[in-house]
Amino acid sequence: MSIEVRNLVKRFGSFVALKNVDLEVRSGELLALLGPSGSGKTTLLRVIAGLEVADSGQVLFEGEDATQQHVRERRVGFVFQHYALFRNMTIFENVAFGLRVRPKPQRPSDADIRRRVQDLLKLVQLDWLAERHPHQLSGGQRQRVALARALAVEPKVLLLDEPFGALDAKVRKELRAWLRRLHDEIHITSVFVTHDQEEALEVADRVVVMNEGRIEQIGTPDEVYEQPASPFVYEFLGKVNLFHGRLHQGRARIGGIEIDAPDHSEAEEQPAVAYVRPHDIHVDRVIHDGGALAAHVFHILSVGPIVRLELTRDDGDAQDLIEVEITKERFRELQLAQGDQVYIKPFRLDLFPQSVEEPVH
Amino acid sequence: MTPQSMTTAALPTPAPATDLGHRREITSEPAWVRKTLIGTALTFLTLFLFVPLISVFYEALKKGVDAYLAAITEPDAVAAIQLTLTAAAIAVPVNLVFGVAAAWAIAKFEFRGKSLLITLIDLPFSVSPVVSGLIYVLVFGLQGWLGPWLAEYDIKIIFAVPGIVLATIFVTVPFIARELIPLMQAQGSEEEEAAVVLGANGWQTFFRVTLPNIKWGLLYGTILCNARAMGEFGAVSVVSGHIRGSTNTLPLHVEILYNEYNFAAAFAVASLLALLALVTLALKTLVEFRNRQQENIDEH
Amino acid sequence: MRALRQHSVLPGFNLALGFTLLYLSLIVLIPLSAAFIRTSALTWPEFWDAVTTPRVLASYRLTFGASFAAAVVNAIFGLLVAWVLVRYRFPGKKLVDALVDLPFALPTAVAGIALTALYAGNGWIGQFFEPIGVKIAFTPIGVFIALTFIGLPFVVRTVQPVLEDLEPELEEAAATLGANRLQTFSRVILPVLLPALMTGFALAFARAIGEYGSVIFIAGNMPMISEITPLLIITKLEQYDYAGATALAVVMLVISFLMLLIINVLQWWSRRRTSAI
Repeated sequence: MSIEVRNLVKRFGSFVALKNVDLEVRSGELLALLGPSGSGKTTLLRVIAGLEVADSGQVLFEGEDATQQHVRERRVGFVFQHYALFRNMTIFENVAFGLRVRPKPQRPSDADIRRRVQDLLKLVQLDWLAERHPHQLSGGQRQRVALARALAVEPKVLLLDEPFGALDAKVRKELRAWLRRLHDEIHITSVFVTHDQEEALEVADRVVVMNEGRIEQIGTPDEVYEQPASPFVYEFLGKVNLFHGRLHQGRARIGGIEIDAPDHSEAEEQPAVAYVRPHDIHVDRVIHDGGALAAHVFHILSVGPIVRLELTRDDGDAQDLIEVEITKERFRELQLAQGDQVYIKPFRLDLFPQSVEEPVH
Repeated sequence: MTPQSMTTAALPTPAPATDLGHRREITSEPAWVRKTLIGTALTFLTLFLFVPLISVFYEALKKGVDAYLAAITEPDAVAAIQLTLTAAAIAVPVNLVFGVAAAWAIAKFEFRGKSLLITLIDLPFSVSPVVSGLIYVLVFGLQGWLGPWLAEYDIKIIFAVPGIVLATIFVTVPFIARELIPLMQAQGSEEEEAAVVLGANGWQTFFRVTLPNIKWGLLYGTILCNARAMGEFGAVSVVSGHIRGSTNTLPLHVEILYNEYNFAAAFAVASLLALLALVTLALKTLVEFRNRQQENIDEH
Repeated sequence: MRALRQHSVLPGFNLALGFTLLYLSLIVLIPLSAAFIRTSALTWPEFWDAVTTPRVLASYRLTFGASFAAAVVNAIFGLLVAWVLVRYRFPGKKLVDALVDLPFALPTAVAGIALTALYAGNGWIGQFFEPIGVKIAFTPIGVFIALTFIGLPFVVRTVQPVLEDLEPELEEAAATLGANRLQTFSRVILPVLLPALMTGFALAFARAIGEYGSVIFIAGNMPMISEITPLLIITKLEQYDYAGATALAVVMLVISFLMLLIINVLQWWSRRRTSAI
């Protein structure tokens, strides 16, 4: 079941939560809506579910307009951030709820309900807790019950709002892997909201990065991480260093370095910012050809196979630290210590021209 | 802004008394100060609460059990009991429906004018009982707006049972709503939303999800509402007409007996109302206890 | 025009709000407006004369004076009772805690006759005052006693939860900074409790002003001396002086609304004060 969203606008008072959002969710994929709080991701999910009504725009399920459909008729499974389990019911009754409230003619028999609930509880590995109440369960268990409850009505799509948001780090990781495996098993079109980039990149087939009510980029985890489409995506996904420089006729100048920038051949002395990941910087004790930036080692953090260096540029503000990640092997080779002089050169970067009126933050 | 009202229903439920037995020296008082304070507080409460309460039962039984039983079983007393039960049996369910409807609208939806509406619901608490009765006389009395019309059709509201019921409803309007609004606001709407997503209709959502979650608050409000409905004096007094055996509620019957210097009988009937008050307090304490248990569970 | 409410998937808004508004209009608003509309039949001088006769003025003095005195006593002793209930342990504490609400639960007429019997010259308590020439029942002092009784729970129940939520660290901090217990109480604890205390005071005062049932038995109801305003309304009503009764009711209503406003402001202040910590 595919989902399509066209030109959605949603306002809350004077706040615009969604600004002309277009999105296509492919049948059977697991899609992450990723963004900081206030980016509109949860609103988008709730509009798809029918829990919010957009001010304008359309929601289509399998090509059919569902915009006017009540949430009850949309047949979506929705997993709430805080689970929203019915506290007065047992786990069994929670999962059975969606079947029990069906009108008489469509309601399965008690035996059928029993069987289906048991199957679902087995699927989420909680069949042994059927007679407990929600407050007797751990957060991770509650989350799985919420999922089983959503699946009980055989939804056409599954929507999850910050599914792991309220869990501690370890349970989070386990559940993440488990959700991925579960999805591979049942292949239901699923959309989940998260503010955790690691979660999105690890679990989803595709990631939608949102910011201030707009979609910044849509792509596979690799695409959004390796080829961020905007400075925002760059900064939101992983660590990044910013180097201010100038673009001039297809060349970029940053401090003493000059780099080819064929995409910007028509630029004339335009200010620009280069975005560089910490592991895309070459560090050496001597200057090689093509120039380098002089810096000093400010701090060394060595954990595991990666060594993280914090450097201060000699020609820059001492407050502006540059983060560099090198392998432990390379670190030993260089024999660096705090205060040492080094020369650095980015070997992969993305340039974003800056208009004077609109500085990139 | 949720303004609070002016009687029991509005006051925050006292939290469980924390065990402060191990409080360190620096944040407690010397023993003699503690004892003086406890002593003073208890003396005050004894004089103003316990002695009056005990005196009701003492005066009621002063002339013996037979006189007591005779006073509460004579026909006028029985008629008063019946009328009091009738008035409460109408006022409480009506205000229960109102309280649930008002709390549903206020707690589950966002709309303009909400805080004004909450203040309006509180209004009867701040109106003097006498004025509460008077306004119904002004509407339904012979001199009132609808008086001539009612007289034409021979419908009696003032100085009759309908007036007593109306006045009782007025003074108990806020009790259940005031209990439910903060409770339902605190519980939020997620469970209801979940039920709707799973296909439940409005009534299914209310009866299967909302109602079980608010049952203790509802019971609490109902108990307080009932106590006031059965005990209301001022408002009912204005609209009653004090006709023995017909428009006399229990509190009014107490007044009549008292004014006839039939003190033992007055206190005997009053003791029934005092018992009602004690039962109310006991139930209230019990419900508070259960409510706290549920809260502890919810926090888990 | 902007929508009256934000969208929600939950059903029943129109039904619930419609019923709420209809009910409030029929039961509360229309009858209340009757008092104002009936009064508007009077000219301003007529109205003014009706609500400022010497007898009426005397009833204001008694009603407000006794209510104020009762609320002050309740503020002091209510704070003490709340403090003792929260801070100390003693046998029977749970029972005492539950019984504090008695004035809410006990019908006012019952409280009225019980207090009258106690404070009459031959009553359990009155007998101690009679010999020294102090009459309590059937005097303004009796009115004050009754109003103290019915206002008792307000201060206790507004102060108690605030006191329970007070962090012990606050007092420990004061102690480490060299404050003694009295200084800690007056400079650290009392300022935190003050909004709740004022709210309780205002609630008790407002309740006392309108009180009728518990007062009329003990007051003696002598015109100019021990007659409260609500009773005067009833007296006028019994004399078929509807205009006079209604004019007085309007004065009482305006005062009630004013108190409601003050209480709302106090509670807003109280919430701000507690949430700011």
